[in-house]
Amino acid sequence: MMDIVTPGYMPHEALFPIVVDAMFTKNFLLVMFLGLCSFVGLTTNSETSKGMSMAVTFVMTMSAILTWPIFYYLLKPNHLMFLQTICFILVIASFVQLVEFIIHRYSPPLYRSLGIYLPLISTNCAVLGVVLLNVKEDFSYGASIVYAFGAGLGYSWVMLATAAVREKLIMRGVDLFNGFIGAFFAAMMMALIVVSYFSVVKL
Amino acid sequence: MAEKSFVGEIIRGIIKDNPVFVLVLGLCPTLAVTTSFANGLGMSLAFAFVMLGSNIFVSAIRKITPPGVRIPVFLLIICTFVTMVDMLLEAYLPPMYEALGIFVPLIVVNCIVIGRAEAYANRNPVLPSIADAIGISIGYMLVLLLIGSIRELFGTGKLQLVMLMSGAEGIKFYNIGNPLTIPIDPAVMMITPPGAFLTIGTLMLLFKIIGDRKRIRQLRKEGVEL
Repeated sequence: MMDIVTPGYMPHEALFPIVVDAMFTKNFLLVMFLGLCSFVGLTTNSETSKGMSMAVTFVMTMSAILTWPIFYYLLKPNHLMFLQTICFILVIASFVQLVEFIIHRYSPPLYRSLGIYLPLISTNCAVLGVVLLNVKEDFSYGASIVYAFGAGLGYSWVMLATAAVREKLIMRGVDLFNGFIGAFFAAMMMALIVVSYFSVVKL
Repeated sequence: MAEKSFVGEIIRGIIKDNPVFVLVLGLCPTLAVTTSFANGLGMSLAFAFVMLGSNIFVSAIRKITPPGVRIPVFLLIICTFVTMVDMLLEAYLPPMYEALGIFVPLIVVNCIVIGRAEAYANRNPVLPSIADAIGISIGYMLVLLLIGSIRELFGTGKLQLVMLMSGAEGIKFYNIGNPLTIPIDPAVMMITPPGAFLTIGTLMLLFKIIGDRKRIRQLRKEGVEL
């Protein structure tokens, strides 16, 4: 499926291509289709999508940092690779819960802007997706962290852009394209841009 | 449990609670794996297996599940079935396993499965939960097959699985020279990511227009001036 779109295989240790790959050519929302539930549900206004983007970027980076050692030092030496899904989802869910407790206790302003999105994230497929992809692509520790952070940035720009488009549509009163239908057409245009641009301009 | 309401539950899952078009859940696999009819079929069968298993187990242990930790319990049950289907696919259908990629393990965080466990199986006996799982799975399968066949037909000009099954030419739309077919090249864009957004956006627009017309007719029938 991805062969048509992506311009060849990247060397693993070159970090810049990994970032561009995660942000544009393999954008999580537009090309890989991960995290679409939050995309449809939360892009109705830009404040919400800003909070969600920040939370997702943070949790993605942190779960990449946490799960890599678990997979390579705990699961792989003991030949327990089939437990990766169950292990990763538990790590992500408990980490999210922990972060929620900590910022609720120590930083109420941050909790008000970020905390309400945290419970939504443990079942967001973008977070589990980035962790599974890190393992699948055999990234090194550094590369996997960079990839997760880039994927978070890619998620953020698409969320913010779509929220802007949808706010404009609602203000103009284009009623047939309000709601998630407008989001899908906005996403289509952005996906077209990303896919076409990077299939012409090779990295 | 009467026969009629079992069937009623199934039909409710297909139409009134259609997971994609009505509840707008589980969009990631719907768009990502539907590049062809066969992939859509494989994904929806894997999904149906997990959905059925999770609904049966969640509803069987619903009386001993502590309400405070019910979400982790659901996740563990779902994860067990996902790991099973993942290993089965890897062993018996390697091409399908390659094509679906990380979207098989990602059934764990599919909002439909968790949503049905929370909203239905946790509150109802086993038999209605089975009916609910079957209905939701069929509804999901129909959507995946619809989107998959639209994208494959317009993107490649033929339906691969239909051709394999009939052993003949299959369905071809873009056959130059035949007056009954459309003489243009296939639109490759339809099997790339923008095509997925275009297909689902157009389908949802279509269903919305149909729904609006139906509602207006209903209101006219009740004598409301519009």
